[in-house]
Amino acid sequence: MKNELLHRTVSELSKLMDSGELSAVELMRAVIARTKEVDGRVRAFNSFDEEDALSQARASDQFRSKSPRGARGRPLEGIPIGLKDVIAVAGQPLTASSRMLEGFVSPYDATVTQKLKAAGAVCWGRLNLDEFAMGSSTENSAFGPTSNPWDLERVPGGSSGGSAAAVAAGEAVATLGSDTGGSIRQPAALCGVVGLKPTYGRVSRYGLIAFASSLDQIGPFARSVGDAATLLGVISGHDRRDSTSVDLEVPDYGRAVAELGKSGRKWRLGIPREYFGEGLDPEVGAAVQAAIDEYRRLGAEIREVSLPHTKYAVGAYYIIATAECSSNLARYDGVRYGHRSKDARDALDLYFKSRAEGFGAEVKRRIILGTYVLSSGYYDAYYLRAQKVRTLIRRDFLEAYKQVDAIVTPTAPTPAFRRGEKAANPLAMYLNDIYTIGVNLAGLPGISLPCGFTRSGLPIGLQVIGQPFKEAELLAVARAYEERSDWGSRRPQL
Amino acid sequence: MPKPETLDLDHVANLARISLAPEEKARFAAQIGDVLSYIAQLNEVDVSGVEPTAHAFPVVNVWAADVAEPGLSVEDALGNAPAKSRNMFAVPRVVE
Repeated sequence: MKNELLHRTVSELSKLMDSGELSAVELMRAVIARTKEVDGRVRAFNSFDEEDALSQARASDQFRSKSPRGARGRPLEGIPIGLKDVIAVAGQPLTASSRMLEGFVSPYDATVTQKLKAAGAVCWGRLNLDEFAMGSSTENSAFGPTSNPWDLERVPGGSSGGSAAAVAAGEAVATLGSDTGGSIRQPAALCGVVGLKPTYGRVSRYGLIAFASSLDQIGPFARSVGDAATLLGVISGHDRRDSTSVDLEVPDYGRAVAELGKSGRKWRLGIPREYFGEGLDPEVGAAVQAAIDEYRRLGAEIREVSLPHTKYAVGAYYIIATAECSSNLARYDGVRYGHRSKDARDALDLYFKSRAEGFGAEVKRRIILGTYVLSSGYYDAYYLRAQKVRTLIRRDFLEAYKQVDAIVTPTAPTPAFRRGEKAANPLAMYLNDIYTIGVNLAGLPGISLPCGFTRSGLPIGLQVIGQPFKEAELLAVARAYEERSDWGSRRPQL
Repeated sequence: MPKPETLDLDHVANLARISLAPEEKARFAAQIGDVLSYIAQLNEVDVSGVEPTAHAFPVVNVWAADVAEPGLSVEDALGNAPAKSRNMFAVPRVVE
């Protein structure tokens, strides 16, 4: 029973708790035991607070027993949800996997954290990432890399590698991550779980440590598309504390997906030819092609589309994202919080030394690149040009959506690579995000779901890209494939 | 677009307020140079007449009522301070 629990979905566990077969405390104990058993090898967590989690679980059991309506209206009652260590939880550490924030304790909750708590969830642990969410492998963590549960010698992807690995390894039922250039979808693909990046503005970023504010978006990792829909419904919505959050009604995603599924709607799916060229691993390409064939058998209309500016997305991204990060990370000055150098002679020296000691190599590289592209004399040539290319990339997608409902692609060009393989070559690492980055530049929603395994047993992810604020349709397209496949039922051997 | 060689790492690191060790400087110069060479392909794109995009879905004129609300307590605000003194952040001497 216990081991079985660890790979159940939110909806299955909720039923068990509704019927009284399982309590939130029992579930939490099972998750804690599993985490203690495997996390020495997986290292998905930067830290976790066992007592705090159990006390939340006890409160949840009490709520359930006292509330005449049971857990209705609280869709995550008693469910342990892990949070990437860039999302604030009051009274808990918040490190961004950086020496800069080692020992920092958050004085408040992020909006998504408040929403999880209001939905009855147990906030569980601080999940590892590439420092300040900058990376695609979770090797850039100041506290050591996370391993891929399917092969401990390989990376889980990144930057939300801890969030993906924890779900795959049974150390949390679902988790939240953040996605700036693929940081939810790519690790979801590499770890064989579902990962959803919502439309920019759908979810409040209040209480998320900022990396690139015009691209960052929080989203869920889960074991099923249905669970991702449930979590999206909980965390979405307008927030006056995030002026970029959009004031649009939040649908009941679970119901909307079910209704779209029953409606028998024939989806028109676009296959962008630019996503199937050079650099795509043949096994990944074959698995994605098989998924497209499955959609065709389901009655979907498959159309080739073109996103002609795709090859410029990585370049534009590394100008825009680094420019924004150089500005956002200026706040780490050693004055009010974060690392302060002990050797500083004066105020200016305090900045130079605190930042030199507190930031890791990749963060420094990106701050310097971003400072350069914004600096006097270079702004027009780099930053302004990149913003114009961003317009063209966005236009490509909107043009394609005149013909199709959603776009289907591989999530990442290769399966999980070996630790250290790309560590010395930042450019090679950046190119790993080639299929995910355009979605952030265009502000679109995207999901990765399992669509197969390599011969050596590594998961492969299928990306479905949706139209702005049409997450229900996006989830319905993903669900249609999930229903016909069984990839999510495989477990890593740990 | 400027050539990657025009990157003056000392100048930019100074703007970014990060001191770099000599070994770090050499490595970053090479790595950032690679990235800039790659980025140079953006020059191929005809952007004449194209408006820049800062946000995919810009939300404009977001107003809030000008009403004081409870914020962090002094104790919470100073909770992560590297050094504090009499309800203030303490820093090295700024004025001689």
